[in-house]
Amino acid sequence: MPIVLDHISYTYQPDTPFAAPALHDVSLTIKSGQFVGIIGHTGSGKSTLIQHCNGLLFASEGSATVDGMPILPKSKDLKEIRRKVGLVFQYPEHQLFEETVAQDVAFGPKSLGLTAAETESRVRWAMNMVDMDYDKFHDASPFGLSGGEKRRAAIAGVLAMQPKYLILDEPFAGLDPNGREEIIGQLLRLNEKGLAIVLVSHSMDEIARLAKRLVVIHEGAIVYDDTVKQVFGKAAELAAMGLDVPEVMKLMMLLKEKGLAVGQDTLTIEEGQEEILKVLTNNTTRHT
Amino acid sequence: MLKDITIGQYYPGESFLHRLDPRTKLICLFFYMIGIFMVKELLSFSYLMVFSIVVIAVSGVPVKTVFKGLKPMWILLLLTLILNFFMSIDGAILWQWRFLKITDAGVRRGIFMALRLVMLLNITALLTLTTTPILLTDGLERVMKRCFIPMAHELAMMMTIALRFIPTLIDETERIMKAQIARGADFETGGLLKKAKSLVPLLIPLFVSAIRRADELAMAMEARCYRGGEGRTRLRQLKYRRGDGLAFAVTMSFVAFTILDRYWLKLFV
Repeated sequence: MPIVLDHISYTYQPDTPFAAPALHDVSLTIKSGQFVGIIGHTGSGKSTLIQHCNGLLFASEGSATVDGMPILPKSKDLKEIRRKVGLVFQYPEHQLFEETVAQDVAFGPKSLGLTAAETESRVRWAMNMVDMDYDKFHDASPFGLSGGEKRRAAIAGVLAMQPKYLILDEPFAGLDPNGREEIIGQLLRLNEKGLAIVLVSHSMDEIARLAKRLVVIHEGAIVYDDTVKQVFGKAAELAAMGLDVPEVMKLMMLLKEKGLAVGQDTLTIEEGQEEILKVLTNNTTRHT
Repeated sequence: MLKDITIGQYYPGESFLHRLDPRTKLICLFFYMIGIFMVKELLSFSYLMVFSIVVIAVSGVPVKTVFKGLKPMWILLLLTLILNFFMSIDGAILWQWRFLKITDAGVRRGIFMALRLVMLLNITALLTLTTTPILLTDGLERVMKRCFIPMAHELAMMMTIALRFIPTLIDETERIMKAQIARGADFETGGLLKKAKSLVPLLIPLFVSAIRRADELAMAMEARCYRGGEGRTRLRQLKYRRGDGLAFAVTMSFVAFTILDRYWLKLFV
């Protein structure tokens, strides 16, 4: 059962001089277990789109469902929908408020009405998922953590709801390389466990490493929805929309321009290395 | 929901009212308020109303937007009506039930007070609707300086910053609210106590971020050598134009008329 957005449109502050159409006739299906990347220029409608997936915004036109449950303002299933679709906002550490990390992570499960024992096991599980040692951190104040730790604690707070789909908006923004690597590893691990992940990011290298499918949004409409390789293959079209391709692809394009016959569809550093070595060995064997 | 707050909201436009000097608008507003309080008779409101309608029409701001400013005040308006209706003891009794009674004088007074409030609020809303916050505080600073109010610059700067951060804080509130709703918070259902409790996950992050913002802003201002109002010059100088003279003339003659009417003419008594 998937998340289905069917021809939805959305306008902010309609019928005022400030009316701003944000989405126009967008259709998107996210199946369980998928790893989908969403890219788009600032203001293209990415954040608006993801808020339609768990009933924080309601489409002005079109319909949206999660596992068959319609997302409507007065729906009784709204709580269940929001539990199933975990949404991690940009700078999620700004939502921390409790005295201790464990209490903060427990906020979600508690609101579901779970028993104390169940809540605690959820908290342990969620903190484990983001590599936070329960015994070390559960009593710490969330405001005393480092930036990366705060972010992980906040993600744990969403994971503790045990969602089926996890949507993250720029989870790497403002993190140092270590913090970034840690979150990348955790996302991969969660996806392996069957959690569908939607990753909204400006960081093309991370998208290339993580996502299988890539959706491009431009001016409130979906322009591409294909495999990551297919989409990044359209470097010129992406550049026209103010979007980039992964660094490795840029390197490969430059190499080809300079006369080295390397393939153009490498996404990660490892693939790129392999490709360059392959071409170079071929060249040397031909020379001798 | 939160976007309904129109305090300090600016409605972009190019009307005569928009182009007036902010000082003109402030001073005229002050005198117009005197005019409102000069009126003692319910029927005399008719000429105040005509004036208000003309000013709103000139501003080009939709009537709906102007009246939206009343929304946060409707409880006050309702209280004014109810208290005057039921608490008046003078006049002829219109309706009575045990100790509750409505008198014609009470009804008259209630409507009178409510109307006065509506006029005050509408015209003040019009001030912020037609003046950008920056111009408004610039004007306020100059007017306060003229009135020898100490710390005029600091007060105006504080107001500028406060006004500037209202939309930012509203955005922030919505963002945090959404983040907490996304992890199961419920701000809508439950009794008063539960609702109050549910605000904790909203207010704590909001205060934390407001304090962080204040800190960053102070640092940024210091980094640009801000040191208060002393010896400060302005990029945009306020200048009176012909339209300002006209606005003053119209407002002053209007206020003069209300005073004249109250003490000598008594047109509607």
